[in-house]
Amino acid sequence: MQSTVNNNENWTPRIVAFFCNWCTYTASDLAGVSRLRYAPSTRVIRVMCSGRIDPEFIMESFAKGADGVLIGGCHPGDCHYSEGNYKCLRRFTLMQKYAEQMGIEKDRLRLEWISASEGKKLQEVVNDMTDHIRKLGPSKIKEVVETIVK
Amino acid sequence: MSKQKEDIRIGFYICHCGHNIGSVVDVPGVAEYVSKLPNVVVSKDYKYMCSDPGQEMIQKDIKEHKLNRIVVASCSPLLHESTFRGATAKAGLNQFFMQMVNIRENTSWVHEDKEQATIKAKDLARAAVHRVAFHKALEKKVVPVNPDVLIVGGGIAGISASLTLANAGKKVYLIERDATIGGYMAKFDKTFPTLDCAACILTPKMSSVLKHPNITLWTWSEVSNVDGFVGNYKVTVTKKPRYIKEELCVGCLACIDACIYKQGKFYDEFNFGLAKRKPVYIPFPQATPQVVVVDDKTCLHFKTGKCQQSCAKACDRNAFDFDQKPENVEINVGSIILTTGFEPHNPVKSPNYGYGKYPNVFTSLEVERLVNASGPTEGHVLLRDGVTKPKSIGIIHCVGSRDEKTNKWCSRVCCMYSLKLAHLLKEHTDADVYNFYIDMRTPGKGYEEFYDKLLNEGVQFIRGRVSEVTDWATTDSEKGKLVIRAEDTLIGIVRRIPVDMVVLSVGLEPAKDAQEVRKMFSISCSSEGFFLERHPKLAPVSTFTDGVFIAGACQGPKDIPDSVAQAGAAAAEVLALIDAGHVELEPNTASIVEEKCCGCQVCINMCPYTAISFNVEKGKSFINEALCKGCGTCVAACGSNAIFQNLFDDEEILSEIDGLLVE
Ligand SMILES: Cc1cc2nc3c(=O)[nH]c(=O)nc-3n(C[C@H](O)[C@H](O)[C@H](O)COP(=O)(O)OP(=O)(O)OC[C@H]3O[C@@H](n4cnc5c(N)ncnc54)[C@H](O)[C@@H]3O)c2cc1C
Ligand code: FES
Repeated sequence: MQSTVNNNENWTPRIVAFFCNWCTYTASDLAGVSRLRYAPSTRVIRVMCSGRIDPEFIMESFAKGADGVLIGGCHPGDCHYSEGNYKCLRRFTLMQKYAEQMGIEKDRLRLEWISASEGKKLQEVVNDMTDHIRKLGPSKIKEVVETIVK
Repeated sequence: MSKQKEDIRIGFYICHCGHNIGSVVDVPGVAEYVSKLPNVVVSKDYKYMCSDPGQEMIQKDIKEHKLNRIVVASCSPLLHESTFRGATAKAGLNQFFMQMVNIRENTSWVHEDKEQATIKAKDLARAAVHRVAFHKALEKKVVPVNPDVLIVGGGIAGISASLTLANAGKKVYLIERDATIGGYMAKFDKTFPTLDCAACILTPKMSSVLKHPNITLWTWSEVSNVDGFVGNYKVTVTKKPRYIKEELCVGCLACIDACIYKQGKFYDEFNFGLAKRKPVYIPFPQATPQVVVVDDKTCLHFKTGKCQQSCAKACDRNAFDFDQKPENVEINVGSIILTTGFEPHNPVKSPNYGYGKYPNVFTSLEVERLVNASGPTEGHVLLRDGVTKPKSIGIIHCVGSRDEKTNKWCSRVCCMYSLKLAHLLKEHTDADVYNFYIDMRTPGKGYEEFYDKLLNEGVQFIRGRVSEVTDWATTDSEKGKLVIRAEDTLIGIVRRIPVDMVVLSVGLEPAKDAQEVRKMFSISCSSEGFFLERHPKLAPVSTFTDGVFIAGACQGPKDIPDSVAQAGAAAAEVLALIDAGHVELEPNTASIVEEKCCGCQVCINMCPYTAISFNVEKGKSFINEALCKGCGTCVAACGSNAIFQNLFDDEEILSEIDGLLVE
């Protein structure tokens, strides 16, 4: 793994991105079809609804070395299953607090509502998040978790 | 978490997609890397994996190498998942033992850095290899398709789709919000490029709809709720009170004559206010159905309660019912076509053209009514004073189109209808007609020829965007006129053209309530707000919601021929669904492992479909699989890990996370 901590400019963080099938995943397909360039940092995991995203998935991602976790769901009122995104929002707020207590900087965990037509927004969000995480450098949570386990 | 089971034998296939993937991702490099991962037996790259030879290669390998899991790294699963599932199944393996990796839309098309794109492709491939080991053999759920169809919006698109389906013997419910079907086409006199009379081609179709034994037409009605899924939708239609018993009214119109308002007094929607109507009215003479409406906002009976109801007395069929309330009717259908059309741009939003400020600035739609023999002026083109014939007319193209300040898109029909109006205005008034255009866009069969014809009819064409319309005269010849100021880009000077009448060729916008309609039917809109098709080329009338189709101007600006063509395409999609008789649903439902459930019932509140219930005797919760739609929200909420979801189970997603991050 890359660990040139101080030269963050050229470092590409690894962001686990949980995208809802109906909105954000489709938006990322649209970004592709429109050839919108963005940072090669995200690794997408497709779920049917943002409501499926278990807090365990987020913690597991950080524990295994993710530098950031991005959640993409449908805009409020637009969830394909009517309100999974509200459930996701509630869990997200809790997770944010929990993550901060664990020493995970706020910018490493992000929730965005990106509709199927917002390929442009997807590009902007990924680039913006990547910039923020670049400033923070690689996440140390993995090491922390490993020492605790030891 | 990687499953080091000896019996897992994975085949990995990575696609170059011509140069689409291969020019950015080191495809052979990824294949080489994956070949060394645990459980991977075969790892190959190929130019076009989705081609027949590509699929056959996978099938051959499954048999030869006894593969029991397949990973395909290529385009988005939304495009080709079914292709590779099919290939897997053909070789005798359960189709759900296949996992796709998106390295095109998600990778090669959006990254330029080849090294990083290749690292990403390897990460994603590794994740899929980890995940696929946990896949289970599943069967698709097969549900029957209700053969009845709902069509929303009775413009030319909705009319065409209804007739096609009804003629094929299918039962259609056509729901129209207005008092009549016909949409915008019913307002036109002639249609480009053939200049055939709109009414002559439309009204026979409207009456066929009304008479067709397979079509149930509900005008003055709207859809208020939609439940269910492809093949089995339950729809609530709200019939607005018309204050007329529809089955009794024969359209004699005696009530309109008898209304105590001797003259029309209120804004006539059909004529954009160019005429006045009474509170009891029929939108236009050929309205279908021929049933009057009472407008409760203007009718004296509703406003004061003191009307003598001469209209009702004049009705010898006793069709009036002033106590009607909105009525909800529930219908069951298997598929839905939305044909809700467009909204014309409101030129008040483009104030430099003076609409609403200068009376003799008209919209193109108003002029459609003025040139119409059955319109408010019986086809006489007159200025707003109702008597003066214009001697000079300026038509301004692209109002609310191709404009950063209003709408960026080209509305596609305005150049053509502006040419049509130029021809008709010239014919009706013999005035000097000037067309101000940015570019002349006339693609279509016979369209360029129509433009050529106009060039020889003495209509003037000035190329350049109009900066403003004013009544500020600088010379005597401009006095009392509207002055159109525009740069003539062909000769490079700014011109001032004084005219009597200005026509604004307004663009096509999404319907005002497109967002609400979209939400009700669980579909998406593209960024400008028109309904979003599933694929711009390959699935232009499908949506991301199975069983819901779109046609006509609700999908984007479009002329009548294209709207009718799309309506036919949507009807064909619906027929395919009905004739198949059943649909296969993704088996991504959730279920509860009884032994693990602690009976806390947290999951019950999570479910929007009331699919989960609590068995008091056992002290456990249960999921009704028939109601579950597979969002997985309950799975994430369960504190005892007692709920699992097919295709998106915890161990599948967790292994994917591990695979992504642990090299
Ligand atoms: C000035 C002008 C001139 C034109 N001239 C021509 C021409 O000469 N030739 C040509 O080919 N094209 C012409 N066009 C384009 C033409 O108008 C469109 O192609 C056509 O109207 C599209 O038909 P449609 O059925 O999709 O939509 P519409 O005509 O908009 O019909 C939609 C229908 O759905 C109903 N509806 C909407 N929402 C709901 C809802 N939620 N529930 C129930 N019902 C609903 C509406 O009341 C309406 O009846 C012209 C357009 C303009 C603006
Ligand atoms: S379906 Fe997208 S968030 Fe629920």
